[in-house]
This record gives sequence, structure tokens and C-alpha cells, in this order.
Amino acid sequence: MKKCIITVVGKDTVGIIAKVCTYLADNSINILDISQTIVQGYFNMMMITDMSATEKEFGTVFEELEAIGEEIGVTIRCQRAEIFEKMHRL
Amino acid sequence: MINIYEVTETNQMISQENLDVRTITLGISLMDCIDSDLNKLNENIYNKITSIAKDLVSTGQAIEHEFGIPIVNKRISVTPISLIGAAACKTSEDFVTIAKTLDRAAHTVGVNFIGGYSALVSKAMTKSEELLIRSIPQALAETERVCSSVNVGSTKTGINMDAVKLCGEIIKDTAEATKDRDSLGCAKLVIFCNAPDDNPFMAGAFLGVTEGDAVINVGVSGPGVVKHAIEQVRGQGFEELCETIKKTAFKITRVGQLVAGEASKRMNIPFGIIDLSLAPTPAIGDSIAEILEEIGLERVGAPGTTAALAMLNDQVKKGGVMASSYVGGLSGAFIPVSEDQGMIDAVTVGALSLEKLEAMTCVCSVGLDMIAIPGKTKATTISGIIADEMAIGMVNQKTTAVRLIPVIGKDVGEIAEFGGLLGYAPIIPVNEFDCSAFVNRKGRIPAPIHSFKN
Repeated sequence: MKKCIITVVGKDTVGIIAKVCTYLADNSINILDISQTIVQGYFNMMMITDMSATEKEFGTVFEELEAIGEEIGVTIRCQRAEIFEKMHRL
Repeated sequence: MINIYEVTETNQMISQENLDVRTITLGISLMDCIDSDLNKLNENIYNKITSIAKDLVSTGQAIEHEFGIPIVNKRISVTPISLIGAAACKTSEDFVTIAKTLDRAAHTVGVNFIGGYSALVSKAMTKSEELLIRSIPQALAETERVCSSVNVGSTKTGINMDAVKLCGEIIKDTAEATKDRDSLGCAKLVIFCNAPDDNPFMAGAFLGVTEGDAVINVGVSGPGVVKHAIEQVRGQGFEELCETIKKTAFKITRVGQLVAGEASKRMNIPFGIIDLSLAPTPAIGDSIAEILEEIGLERVGAPGTTAALAMLNDQVKKGGVMASSYVGGLSGAFIPVSEDQGMIDAVTVGALSLEKLEAMTCVCSVGLDMIAIPGKTKATTISGIIADEMAIGMVNQKTTAVRLIPVIGKDVGEIAEFGGLLGYAPIIPVNEFDCSAFVNRKGRIPAPIHSFKN
């Protein structure tokens, strides 16, 4: 499994999750978990995804998600999960 | 499973607190390049570096992208050139041709510095080592990315005072040779005591002769992250403070370990060590001085600075060693002046002097680093400063170093501009009382009594 964490941060607006999820579905990226909070009016979402089925390169997915973020005015980052697991788990 | 708060914390470290991996440094042994024909030697060196390091920069960029962590520098360290060039180089100019080859190779593979234009002369100098040292001013003036270092002492051998005297003159000559750029050449030259074989940080990186054919060493960073973390325990006791620093150092180092492992796997080159040093940059919020101020000092240099730094350095190591099985290099807190905005400010307002910086080097890695001094400072005075710093390293069984920049044509109160990561520095006063009779004595200072442990 190629676990990746997608984070979305920005002003809350209609259709953020829909847009990201559509992209993920179109590219065979499975969502394992979603959590979200609103901190000081800012929309904060994290998705844990599995990228083993997608045919696209990591780099391409990252860039395309970034572009979607720019389009809807939020910051979308996609990072491999190991950086968080290494930092926060023994 | 990872939760949203942990993810947010990591990303905030990266985006707001300047968390990065400071350098992936690829060590390359040049032992098998040795040839008595200078042209052949240069060709061998160029071919070996450009073949082993050809994917270094692209691998670094791919890792940056996938994990979302900046890797600021990709660099190369090589076997000390005084050894590699010994058979072929008959003059200092011959050694300069190797410096140019290293520079060319660095440009080809896209690294911003290549270290190892070095000589290890802690006991005495061979003919070729002296030729290399004498070639340093020209080599640094005529190349862009080559870094040089000279190890002039160790706890086991004592201090080679002939080399210390020579290095004072060489620093002065290097400053002269690059005076049109605020004596920038001296920013690429480090004089060491107890130099480590596996240091990934420039300008002092070289690949020691005890190392393998190629190795990946990684230097982490993160002063901003430590500062942010200890802001949360303001006013609390030392136990809470130390605990916070340790935990933060652990997290930072784990990122370095991850990056080192990935780079090693992708390039099929063994992983060597993680260097735990907190390395500042001139960016606001990426400063060791700001950490010390957050601990409770009005300015770095105030009484208490040495104790605060000793504690910081120790906690960083304690947290870091838990996060990686192989820790090495310099591993501590760097206190360069020009590369740290808080240090620059402290010098500017008169809180921090050369003498206080020397005291601080007793408890931190690495030494008197990136300090601009008046261009008129005598070579023997520079040698005296080097000798003092080497003595601290020798007696305390630690690495110490000197990277001083006598800025030709400038004096106390003026500013030297180096640009980029090297930053800028106000010129600091130097004690002008003479030490030439001391420096001009021949020979070496014997090893200290506690070095006899056999």
C-alpha cells in the first residue's frame, strides 16, 4: 500500500471535498479515512489515501492536486505518510 | 493511525517554522583516482564524481516533492585532496588544477558546494600537504563551489603550530585574493581541531580515509521549530524546558533519518550518519540566538549564554540519538555569526564579543564560525585566535573550528556582505595585543595528558 496524506487548508467554501474526491475517484485513489475541523474560520481537512492503484506518478498527482487547490482558493498538499509516521510514532 | 493534529503540527513546522533537511551530502572516495600523471588524475576525478553523483540532485528533489519537506542543499564531499594529488602535484598550481576539476564536476552534477580540498596535518605536514595549503588562496579565488579545510590539531597528536602559523597567513592571503567580494574566499575555508571524517556540513566537509567508496550523510536543521516549541513552556522550570527540546530534537531527527534512508535506497549508496546540528540561516525565525533569547537572555552574549547553550546542545543530542542509530559529524548547535540574524543583531548592539563567542565554542559545535574581523588584522593574530580555538578542542576532546573572514578594506562598524545562505556580518573588534613571538615558535604543542588512555 502506498499511503499518502492529503491536507486541505483554506477558507471554507462549498464543494471542496467534492472536488478533491472527484479527482481521487477519477484516478483510482482510495480514501481510507477523512477528518476535518474548522479552526478560526479556516477549513482544515486531512485524508488518508492509498495510491497503489493509480497509474499516475506521485509527482503528477501532487502537482494536479496543487492545481485544483489554486483553482478553488485553498492550499492542497499531498505527502507520503511516512514523514508523519516517522515523526510522531516510535 | 496518524491524526489531523499530528499532520497539522508537522506541516506547520515545515511551512512556518523553517523545518528542513539542511543537506544531503554524498561522500565520494577518490582513492582509486590517484595517478602520477596530473591530466589523468584530473580526468579520473571528474569521471568518478560525475558518474556517482549524477542522480544526487534529482533524487533529492524527488524526495522533497513526495514528502513535502524541503532539502535545502545537495552537496559532495571527497577524500582530502592533499592525499589524492600527492603523486601528481609538484607545485601549488598543480593542486589548483584539481580544485578547478572539482568545481567543474560540481557544476555538472548541480551541487552548490563540494568539500574536501583539504589537508590533515595535525602532527606534521608532508611536502604535498604544504603545497595544497599554500594553493588554497588561489584555489578559492578561482573556483566558485570548492570548499577547503585544514585539520591542524587533535587530542591524540597535539597542535601543529607550524600549520597554525601557516594557516593564519593563508586566511589573510585568501582574503586578499577575494577582496573584491568582501573576502568571500575565507567563508569557504575552515581550520579544524579533531575534524570528523563524516561531517556533512560545509565548508568543513570531507570524506575521511576510514570511510567507504561512497556514503550518504545527512544534516538536519530546525532552530525555528525548537524556538516555537519552547515558547509553549515560557516561565516553566528547566525540567519542562529540557523535555520540550529533547522531544522536538527527536522529531526533527526522525525526518532526517527518513530522508537519509530514502536517498540511500534510491541511489543504492550506503547511509552513513545523521548530523544532529541545529543549523541556522539568516532567515527570521531560523536562529540559534533566538532560541537562547527565548530561554531567557535579553541578548546572546549576556551572562548565562554559555550555560544556556550547553544545555541546548546537550538536549538536542539526547533527543537526536534516540531518533537515529547512527549519529555523527558535528552534532550540536552551530553558532555562526553571519548566518544567524539573532547573532548579527547581538554583535551590532555590542552584546556579543569575540571572546564570548570563544567561550561559547567550549560547549557547542563547532567553533568561531563566519565571523568578520577587520581586514587589517595581522596574520599572526589570526594564528593566535586559531591556536586558542584548537586548544579548546584538543583539551576538551571535541571538534572545534575557525572560519574567520578578515574583510580587506573594512574595519569595525562596517558590514561585510556574503550573500545567500552565508548572510552578512558586522565586523567585530579583535584584541590587538601582539602574539607573534608565540606563534613564530617552531614545532607543535604536545598532546594533553588525558589523551594517554591506552
